[in-house]
Amino acid sequence: MTLIRILAVVPFIGIFIGPIVHNQVHPLILGMPFPLGWVTVWVVLISIIMAIIYAIDPANK
Amino acid sequence: MNAALIAIILSALVALSLGVLARRGRDMGLEQWTVGNRGFGWVLVFLLLAGEIYTTFTFLGASGIAYGAGAPAYYIIAYGSLAYILAYFMLPPIWAYGKQHGLHSQPDFFVHKYNSRTLGALVSVVDLVALIPYLVLQLTGLGIIVEVAGYGAVSKEVAIWSGAAIVTAYVMVSGIRGSAWTAVVKDILILVIVLVLGIYLPVHLYGGIGDMFEKIDAAKPGFLVFAASGMSVWWFVSTVLLTALGFFMWPQQIVSTYTARNANVFRRNAIVLPIYQLILLFVFFVGFAAVLQVPGLKGADTNLALFKLVTAQFSPLTVGIIGAAGVFTALVPGSVIVMTAATVLSKNLIGLARPNATDDQTVVLAKWLVPVLMLIAVYFTINGSSTIVTLLLVGYSFVTQLFPTLVCSLMKRNPVTAVGAMAGIFTGVVVAAVLTFTHATVGSLIPGLPQAIQDINVGIIALVANVVVLVVVSAATRTQGASVAAE
Repeated sequence: MTLIRILAVVPFIGIFIGPIVHNQVHPLILGMPFPLGWVTVWVVLISIIMAIIYAIDPANK
Repeated sequence: MNAALIAIILSALVALSLGVLARRGRDMGLEQWTVGNRGFGWVLVFLLLAGEIYTTFTFLGASGIAYGAGAPAYYIIAYGSLAYILAYFMLPPIWAYGKQHGLHSQPDFFVHKYNSRTLGALVSVVDLVALIPYLVLQLTGLGIIVEVAGYGAVSKEVAIWSGAAIVTAYVMVSGIRGSAWTAVVKDILILVIVLVLGIYLPVHLYGGIGDMFEKIDAAKPGFLVFAASGMSVWWFVSTVLLTALGFFMWPQQIVSTYTARNANVFRRNAIVLPIYQLILLFVFFVGFAAVLQVPGLKGADTNLALFKLVTAQFSPLTVGIIGAAGVFTALVPGSVIVMTAATVLSKNLIGLARPNATDDQTVVLAKWLVPVLMLIAVYFTINGSSTIVTLLLVGYSFVTQLFPTLVCSLMKRNPVTAVGAMAGIFTGVVVAAVLTFTHATVGSLIPGLPQAIQDINVGIIALVANVVVLVVVSAATRTQGASVAAE
């Protein structure tokens, strides 16, 4: 359960780090301004993280 | 009659037919009408939950805020994906409790968890105050879409009345099942159209997505990053967190939760929904593409950015197909909203005055409340003037106040009492209303704070006030009868 909680909390921090530390247009990420590109990458990562949680969650099994 | 209008009228007729056919010989008792007999698989639940992503707010508001505000629009991409993480853990126990106790509405959940019909009535009032503006928002969007995409051949008023009549008809006949069926067509249409527009327009007009952003940055420096103050990066962080907390507090989301066949549906959806929400990115691209192509739109007119651009770039038939998708984004969410509001009103508010009403009596009343609620919404739509984003923010600030009470009710030992819950929700809603309508900011309320704190979304103040009152009153009233422990 501890691993699941850590995985669930990480996106709540990770998604904000990019815009906070680098509020600039360049470098573009996937052709988008850095803050928008960063958020987009994290949305994809959240899907991957949720798939991992789903796979290891004993409640689901 | 132009080609665009024909496409729009056809889409409305398809929505009506699908919505009515969804009944297919089923007896529409309370259980079937409100929660589809709790038999929906993951695809239908996915579409109902995803329905909240693709409303008229998507078509008009998201492209409009990208066009008008730039970087602050990024919050729309972020909050949903964080809300789905919360949903993975919150929705299964809510679903299980709803199934165990035969619940049909969000206030039902609070009534049972806290053993208090008075709390249920308070939640019902909050729900209705939030749902009516949300329904008005859908009808406002519908009027704009039909008028603009139909090249003015049909007035906003005619579009609004027609849309309201269609939704009323199929909601009364088919309930949640009609909404789920029409959601299938809506999402297919939206998916195709938004992807095509979001890729084609930047490539056609600028040479590519990266080129588009380079040109916007050169023409409007600072537009694509957060401001140093005001809608700064700290406004972004606080707004994303606040909106993520409120996302599943909308009463129609809880009703959609009850429709599921099993709890696993929500866990699977939590994997797919964040990626699915990225379709909004392509709506942004259309809004950003309009920045240099149709400059000069101000205020509520920024909501027209998408349609101003597509009417300048495409044939009437193509514009009509885009408008048809827009019509679905109003009708489908509107149908779930009005059905939820009618159920809340029939069961949890009027039901207080007739506690012995049977399920059949409750559902008959709920069905007849649909046209009543729709008439109220049409009145406010035709006589209202707020922009789409403002309307949504008012509703959001209200339903978010339910979050602390709901989350505490999911704990093994709930520390909150019914009186504490009522005091907290009431305080939060009053503070949220005052802050929203006075346009206060943290900076204007407490000027001496560091800039980062001054920029925080003012809704946080309402939520903090809510939690403080909830904790204090619960501590003071715990001995007078504790709330029902989580089951």
